[in-house]
Amino acid sequence: MTITAHAPVDPMLPHPYVVREVAKETSDTFTLTLESAKEANGRSFLPGQFSMLWVFGVGELPISISGDPAKHNRLVYTVRSVGQATHALVSQPVGNTVGVRGPLGAGWPAEASRGRDIIVVAGGIGLAPLRPLIYHVLSNRKEYGRLVILYGARSPRELLYRKELASWARNRDTQVLVTLDYGGLGWKGHVGVVTTLFKYARLQPGRSVAMICGPEIMMRFVTRELETHGLRHDDIYLSMERNMKCGVGFCGHCQYGPHFICKDGPVFRYEKIRPLLEKYEL
Amino acid sequence: MESLEHIIAEHPFFAGLDNSFTSLMVSCASNVRFKADTYILREGDPANTFYLIREGKVGVEVFAPSRKPIIIATLSVGEILGWSWLMPPFQWKFHARAIDCVRAIALDGKCLRTKCEENHDLGYAVLKRFAQIIEKRLESTRLQLLDVYAVRR
Repeated sequence: MTITAHAPVDPMLPHPYVVREVAKETSDTFTLTLESAKEANGRSFLPGQFSMLWVFGVGELPISISGDPAKHNRLVYTVRSVGQATHALVSQPVGNTVGVRGPLGAGWPAEASRGRDIIVVAGGIGLAPLRPLIYHVLSNRKEYGRLVILYGARSPRELLYRKELASWARNRDTQVLVTLDYGGLGWKGHVGVVTTLFKYARLQPGRSVAMICGPEIMMRFVTRELETHGLRHDDIYLSMERNMKCGVGFCGHCQYGPHFICKDGPVFRYEKIRPLLEKYEL
Repeated sequence: MESLEHIIAEHPFFAGLDNSFTSLMVSCASNVRFKADTYILREGDPANTFYLIREGKVGVEVFAPSRKPIIIATLSVGEILGWSWLMPPFQWKFHARAIDCVRAIALDGKCLRTKCEENHDLGYAVLKRFAQIIEKRLESTRLQLLDVYAVRR
């Protein structure tokens, strides 16, 4: 199945969405399910795109969509409550209305990667923007090669989507490897940073596309590891994060060298931003 | 049954090692097994062995008084456990515990140290391999120390 983004509407105009569910993922991370108050079919989106979510009277936040792109009647977002606005967002009672602008930005190259092995590398909450891609690959399993998911988190309590990780691993040609920075004694899995998982992943560089999302330091180390394993720079994609305001490249808050993260990204081909990743000033 | 020489030669750690060196190492090697949840080595004990893990998973732990042991890394198939046998004072710096049933090749560090002193080409080949592992683990440890998933306020 081909996926498409919603036809362009006025990107500055927030649309009312009703909070249908707020599910606790970890001590500070929640998944919100929103349903359009006006559009029965909702809005289609590409895996990796984000929306600007507006909590009335508090502020607006860029949040990646973490739901299934095949189910666009509901928009799903996984949010870490770390400040006033995110706290207000995850504290919304079911039935309340929030404003949604988008979907915005460039997503993962899901269509262009058909027929290839997909290597997903996520760190912490970085798994959220990659989850729509994982859903898409699993729903269209025959159209892709192997799916390798490498996921690193801080501790067992901070693992996202635990049940789903286990269920994804049961799929054909799908390898899910999880590692933690700090494992308690109850943890029987891998301990170490996400780059230590590569030796267990059976990568075939010529036929693989890697998509990475996580803290920028982690992504830099992951790209080096992928290079060591023979992946070409144009087969590596990263999701970048900066302070986004307008979401459409007008305001310049998220300027990243010659790019605007909100408009040209958040997903970039590694080759395109490689020189910028090592610049202190950016 | 696979011979020790074949297992050592096929182990990723010794990939590309000269056959004559492999034969020298076999005289220091033996097959070992550890049940799940047993200690393979303990901090402070003499470090006279290292292990080529063939099956199972090993947790490298730090002991902290009045706390549960902290697992700082796990090692699995194809990896090496232990390098304290290489450098004085030849004492383990950490605990290592079998997380599940572990099969490994144990190499007698004292025996290998002697052979490396006698044959510097062998010593250089062994040290080069350990240096790569130490460099990789140092990089991982630095990244781990950065605590990159913590909330930045």
